[in-house]
Amino acid sequence: MTDSILTMKGIVKDFNGVKALNGVDIEVARGEVHAICGENGAGKSTLMKVLSGVYPHGSFDGTITFDGKDVAYRSINDSERDGIVIIHQELALSPYLSIAENIFLGNENARAGVIDWNKTNLEASRLLARVGLDENPATKILELGVGKQQLVEIAKALSKQVKLLILDEPTAALNDDDSAHLLDLINHLRGQGITSIIISHKLKEIRRIADTVTVIRDGSTISSFPVEDTDDIETRIIRDMVGRPLDRQFPDRTPQIGEEKFRVEHWNAYHPVDTTRKVVDDVSFSVKAGEIVGFAGLMGAGRTELAMSIFGRSYGTHITGRMFKDGQEIQARTVDEAIKHGLAYATEDRKRYGLNLIGSITVNVSAAALGKLAKLGIIDRHREYAVAEEYRRAMNIRTSSVSALTGRLSGGNQQKVVLSKWIYSGPDVLILDEPTRGIDVGAKYEIYGIINELAAQGKAVIVISSELPELIGLCDRIYTIAEGRLTGEVARADASQENLMRYMTAARSEGATKS
Amino acid sequence: MTTTTPETARTTVPTEPGKPRRPRLRIDFRQYGILAALAVIIILFQILTEGRLLFPGNVNNLIQQNAYVLILAIGMVIVIIAGHIDLSVGSIVAVVGAIAGLAMQQWGLPWWSAVLLAVLAGALIGAWQGFWVAFVGIPAFIVTLAGMLVFRGFALVLLTGGTISGLPREFNAIGSGALPTVGMPDLVTLAIGAVVSIALVAQQLRTRATLRRLDLPRERAVSFWIKIGIAVAAIMYLCYLLSYNRGTPIILLILAALILIYSFVLNRTVFGRHVYAMGGNLFAAQMSGVKTRWVNFMIFVNMGLLAGLAGVVSTARAGSAVASAGSSFELDAIAAVFIGGAAVQGGVGTVVGAVIGGLVMGVLNQGLSILSVDAAWQQVIKGLVLLLAVAFDVYSKRRSGR
Repeated sequence: MTDSILTMKGIVKDFNGVKALNGVDIEVARGEVHAICGENGAGKSTLMKVLSGVYPHGSFDGTITFDGKDVAYRSINDSERDGIVIIHQELALSPYLSIAENIFLGNENARAGVIDWNKTNLEASRLLARVGLDENPATKILELGVGKQQLVEIAKALSKQVKLLILDEPTAALNDDDSAHLLDLINHLRGQGITSIIISHKLKEIRRIADTVTVIRDGSTISSFPVEDTDDIETRIIRDMVGRPLDRQFPDRTPQIGEEKFRVEHWNAYHPVDTTRKVVDDVSFSVKAGEIVGFAGLMGAGRTELAMSIFGRSYGTHITGRMFKDGQEIQARTVDEAIKHGLAYATEDRKRYGLNLIGSITVNVSAAALGKLAKLGIIDRHREYAVAEEYRRAMNIRTSSVSALTGRLSGGNQQKVVLSKWIYSGPDVLILDEPTRGIDVGAKYEIYGIINELAAQGKAVIVISSELPELIGLCDRIYTIAEGRLTGEVARADASQENLMRYMTAARSEGATKS
Repeated sequence: MTTTTPETARTTVPTEPGKPRRPRLRIDFRQYGILAALAVIIILFQILTEGRLLFPGNVNNLIQQNAYVLILAIGMVIVIIAGHIDLSVGSIVAVVGAIAGLAMQQWGLPWWSAVLLAVLAGALIGAWQGFWVAFVGIPAFIVTLAGMLVFRGFALVLLTGGTISGLPREFNAIGSGALPTVGMPDLVTLAIGAVVSIALVAQQLRTRATLRRLDLPRERAVSFWIKIGIAVAAIMYLCYLLSYNRGTPIILLILAALILIYSFVLNRTVFGRHVYAMGGNLFAAQMSGVKTRWVNFMIFVNMGLLAGLAGVVSTARAGSAVASAGSSFELDAIAAVFIGGAAVQGGVGTVVGAVIGGLVMGVLNQGLSILSVDAAWQQVIKGLVLLLAVAFDVYSKRRSGR
């Protein structure tokens, strides 16, 4: 048997009788990169919370052996002391403090409470060099992009003499370059004897860097096996995650495309703070009934800004341009007006803009269409409940009841609540911004099915996505956008990742001037 | 796999046959916890004061003395659910009291139009503050801190001549009067108690019948009847006590109406839902088409209106308008809301909870006064109770996960 740094055996954790974990076993060898895969809600995050002491020893069953001894962590501090550091999907850095201050936050180089700034900055630079981040340690976090912030988190972990680094969806918010850099770094740290656990939905990444993968499904360990960089491994992981072979990633669909449903002409929008910066630059496009149209673009290309400025001017200033629905010009100066005109926009950031996390599923589903449930301002709550219950069933939202708080749901199920909300608002034009971000393979397939169904009902569907295979698999037509301008329009038959990427990185051509 | 996407709701819920998946309604411990705390405090003081706490006269006083906090707490809970705070209500009480006093004494208005004028003035002040909060975007803490100074100042300006007393008897009755009585014990009060009890049972049974018809989750019959039994017993006991004193206080009727109306507004109306939605996640509410500015504006107009009403009630109870009236009322109201289980971050809270929170403070005041505890120590005790109540809430939230 190999030397293992971490062994978790028979972990069982239940919440009020609902078993989130039901007998998880995992064994991580010293110095390896160990991937954990599973659908949303499979129990990955819960498992990591058990390991790190967020759920204190005694609140779960099973044993944890770390570095040769049985451990009983009562808090994150306990596990960090042993060198276990978790980097969460939502980064936990203080935006107004510098890189150095963040790295040593809670662990300051101080004597008698007075911070030694020279030592702090010096050590911070050393750590930054180790993670390959070329920044001044005095730079404030808010000036860094997400990718660099991720590296600061890792530098912070290194400062704590980390032995086991746990990364929860580390590349979910990163672009390809930053992702590649991060994966190289994890590889590099492995060379220095640091063990990593990486939770990821991106099987390509797992193929590339993981030594071993453990698949969890419905709170139990399904399998654990060595990883090779082959397609077979990917197929096997998917099969174990969903419990059935997933031969097709996209459900079948025969497009039935009708008349033009929605058209935007010469749309312009400026940045809300830096009002001289043009974020959306003379964009014109159209969508037909029953058509699924994709918008491809790199981070910061202006896809979300375009969508939000169209949806009731919820982003940007000095917005100009015309909008037509069914050939009639429409005005949507507020979100309310946009909804009344049959537009819907499901945001890319569901926790921040999409859901009331301390509200029940019911109130979230009805939130955009309370008018349909109310007479004279009074809500028919029985009908509201019935509606929520109906969507729970139709969308397969996994929950004990529609009265459950949305904050307790997994990402995929939260996304289904967001979609339910907008479908119930009865839109003709749906804009879905990153509808499958942070969602596992099985739930993705379900969401694709829902999108197809919406198109089949004759709605115009716009999908914004960073995943090119998703756009190619789903859309009838794809627009590419770069620096706020449309740079290409590609029909499904002609679309390939290569040509889309070429348009997405197209430099500014003609006379588009920054005003 | 195919997915159907329902466009419109059918009125009946499709049920899976043979599979009674009917989640029992979970007891809301937040709310019942505070109710239990109120019961414990009442029993404790009943023992400590050797039964004097619930003397009919004391119960009457308890209601009349605390009416202003309860009215303010009803407005304040809405403000706090939406994620704001209002520090100005005490000053509004003072300035509105002054306006009412002047209206009757110097401008010669009849008492009822003075009342209308006062409530309207409160609503206008609320609109002023709502304008700054909702449309200019200044945090409510700052706007109402300014309002606290400004309106206290106006109260002092209006009442430079000192106190205005000798107000009409009808006006004073709003704060300290009672309905006409028939006999001893008062049959009117007992009759009101009986009617309210019957209405409560009927209403609860009707709701339950609807739930059964639609096959929605409902609580167990046993706990349903126990709860109703307790509620009816409490109502009848209160009426029994009041019937041995001066009958039904007018202010009790006003309060009951406000509690019913505002519970309905928060639970059943689109406006109420928007308030919760904004407190839960402001951005999500905006992106769902909630007109957040108007909702914020209306929240403050309503708070001003209720503060105006509280001003009328407290002036009527005192029988005179004083510039120092209402000082620290805002703190009592805020304390009542938080004791009543509202969340500091917003999004959570109920009218009934706020009222119970206000009663907890009221009973403490009353009990400690009967025991002749020094006023200084009373403050210490009330402060600690507030702290403990919120600490308990935070603790229980942490226990329940996350």
